[in-house]
Amino acid sequence: MVWLALLFIVPLAIMLSLSLKTCNPASGVCYMTWSWGELPHQVSLYHSQFITSLEYAAAATVVDLVVSFPIAYWIAFHGGRKKNFFLMMLLVPFFVSFVIRTLVWEFILSDNGFFMTFLRHAHLISSNFHILGTGYAVIAGLSYNYLPFTALPLYVALERIDRRVLEAAYDLYASRREAFQRVILPLSIPGIFAAFLLTFIPAFGDYVNQQILGGTSSTMIGTVIQNTFLVTGDYAAGSSLSVVLLVISLLGIWLYARVLGSRSIEEYL
Amino acid sequence: MSNSAVDMTEMSSASADVSAGRKPIVTIEHVTKIFEDAPAVDDLNLEIYEGEFFSLLGPSGCGKTTTLRMLGGFEEPTSGRIFLGGKEVTYLAPYRRDVNTVFQSYALFPHLSVFENVAFGLKRKRMAKAEIRRRVSTMLELVDLPTMEGRRTSQLSGGQQQRVALARALVNEPTLLLLDEPMSALDAKLRHQMQIELKRIQTQVGITFLYVTHDQEEAMTMSDRLVVMRLGRIEGIGTPRDVYDRPTTEFVATFLGASNLLAGDVTGIDGSTATVTLTSGATLQVATERLPEARVGLSVKVGVRPEKISIGGSDGAAGADHNALRGRVRVSTFTGVGNQYLVEMPWGTDMTVYAQNIGQATAPRSGDEVVLTWPVEHTFAVRPMAHGSTEEESTMGEIDE
Repeated sequence: MVWLALLFIVPLAIMLSLSLKTCNPASGVCYMTWSWGELPHQVSLYHSQFITSLEYAAAATVVDLVVSFPIAYWIAFHGGRKKNFFLMMLLVPFFVSFVIRTLVWEFILSDNGFFMTFLRHAHLISSNFHILGTGYAVIAGLSYNYLPFTALPLYVALERIDRRVLEAAYDLYASRREAFQRVILPLSIPGIFAAFLLTFIPAFGDYVNQQILGGTSSTMIGTVIQNTFLVTGDYAAGSSLSVVLLVISLLGIWLYARVLGSRSIEEYL
Repeated sequence: MSNSAVDMTEMSSASADVSAGRKPIVTIEHVTKIFEDAPAVDDLNLEIYEGEFFSLLGPSGCGKTTTLRMLGGFEEPTSGRIFLGGKEVTYLAPYRRDVNTVFQSYALFPHLSVFENVAFGLKRKRMAKAEIRRRVSTMLELVDLPTMEGRRTSQLSGGQQQRVALARALVNEPTLLLLDEPMSALDAKLRHQMQIELKRIQTQVGITFLYVTHDQEEAMTMSDRLVVMRLGRIEGIGTPRDVYDRPTTEFVATFLGASNLLAGDVTGIDGSTATVTLTSGATLQVATERLPEARVGLSVKVGVRPEKISIGGSDGAAGADHNALRGRVRVSTFTGVGNQYLVEMPWGTDMTVYAQNIGQATAPRSGDEVVLTWPVEHTFAVRPMAHGSTEEESTMGEIDE
């Protein structure tokens, strides 16, 4: 409880109180206004970055769900005794630092990198086609970096499905496709939703991928928050933006709890 | 083990008259299933007739569940063939077989209501909605759950879940219904009630039931015929009465009910009656046709069921068609419906006797010298179980569970 108060509640309270202040970025002096005035002001200034973040995070989450479902399914149902080994293989790349991984993606996607060179030589893309510095590179980076957050909850949900229930479906004339549609998919919905939250929320606030891979293209809200804190030093503005981000994320969790019950969140964390 | 083949030929001729003129709905031909080098089912041959309540009975690891799973399509035999309603189904996928299963743990769909659970199979068969509704309602009434349609299965008690599992399988009117120890999770009282219920439902719908259990009383109560399995082989087959009264192996004699078994050798054969001399020197009469092999010098165990024995005063005499042995009552237990006696025999071991409580005034007390008599026709003889067979049993592993 002490740790929870010290490390979670106190910073949260500081952030909330900062968002109620107005700061002078030049002098660094903040004074309390006791008004939420900063919030709508910041939202109107940066709403396009919010929308960009939503789009990129949503795209990355969808990519992750599509990519990791087959992986998680295969490990859960066909991994046999090597399940833990395969899970480990999935996680090994993520032992490397987040920033380094992202920098490697910069190298891979750069115009002179082997990937683009290969595509150009194969005449699959024209010489003025770029990925690095566009939103696609950001989505690719986000998808890659948050893949385990999608794959693991999906694996847990699929692994937990009682194999005898699946046998019962086959016994009751369900083909493989029907058993998947009628039994596996509905029973993995809590896992899909958990995977969605665990991927979407951090991707939504992410700024590293955009900064390294996105170049000067449309900025994500995470970059804006980082800039207001570290470059312009406007703590009030940064906190206000963070509060908005927090509210949007909480909304997602609230929706999950309403639809699937709060107990199933805990099971995946 | 080595005598099983002999027993099987004997038994199949015995069961032939029971089932004469009936149509086999399931035929299992030389089916063997090997798991990691150990045979779970070993050259099994079996015929199950239309409309029968048939049980596979045996201890865990005897191959009964593996047999059921091969019939359901969840396992493929290593060799041999399986026919269902005259068609070969050996390698057919479960969803292409006209077979439904009541699983041990019920395996109900947790995300569906009771109605949707029962309707699952019919929906896969693309039946019209109105017809599905009608059939599901009828079936839920049959299993005595008419008001539960909208419930989630997690809201039901164990007994109710079992009824849903039964309804979910039966509603499809399969050629064969498989039941995999469906009552093992129920308490004793509920189990007894469900046995009667299940038999009623089976009689009403007329579908062939294949029931797998390790509970011999359960198997005898409900079955038209049963097999006793051990180490992947059939040890005995027939009506419960047949298998109980005429056990052909030591395993059947002890697994299905209780038996008094006395070791001895065949010392004389005189027409239809053989004489067996026990190791103590006492002699017993056995019908020649009840011997595993009509040969003088054969080592056998002579058996008699505890309820077939009459217990009398030491001055009692037995007729020519009775066997008699002397002993001393060691323990006498009153059980309400009767008395159970443990009678110490001169050679040191006990024989068990059940006497029904029919109002006899003088019951023997412990210490009394008594004579045990029983009709020769209730005397059977089996080959002694091979040594080391129990060891073999434990290495087979828990394939069933």
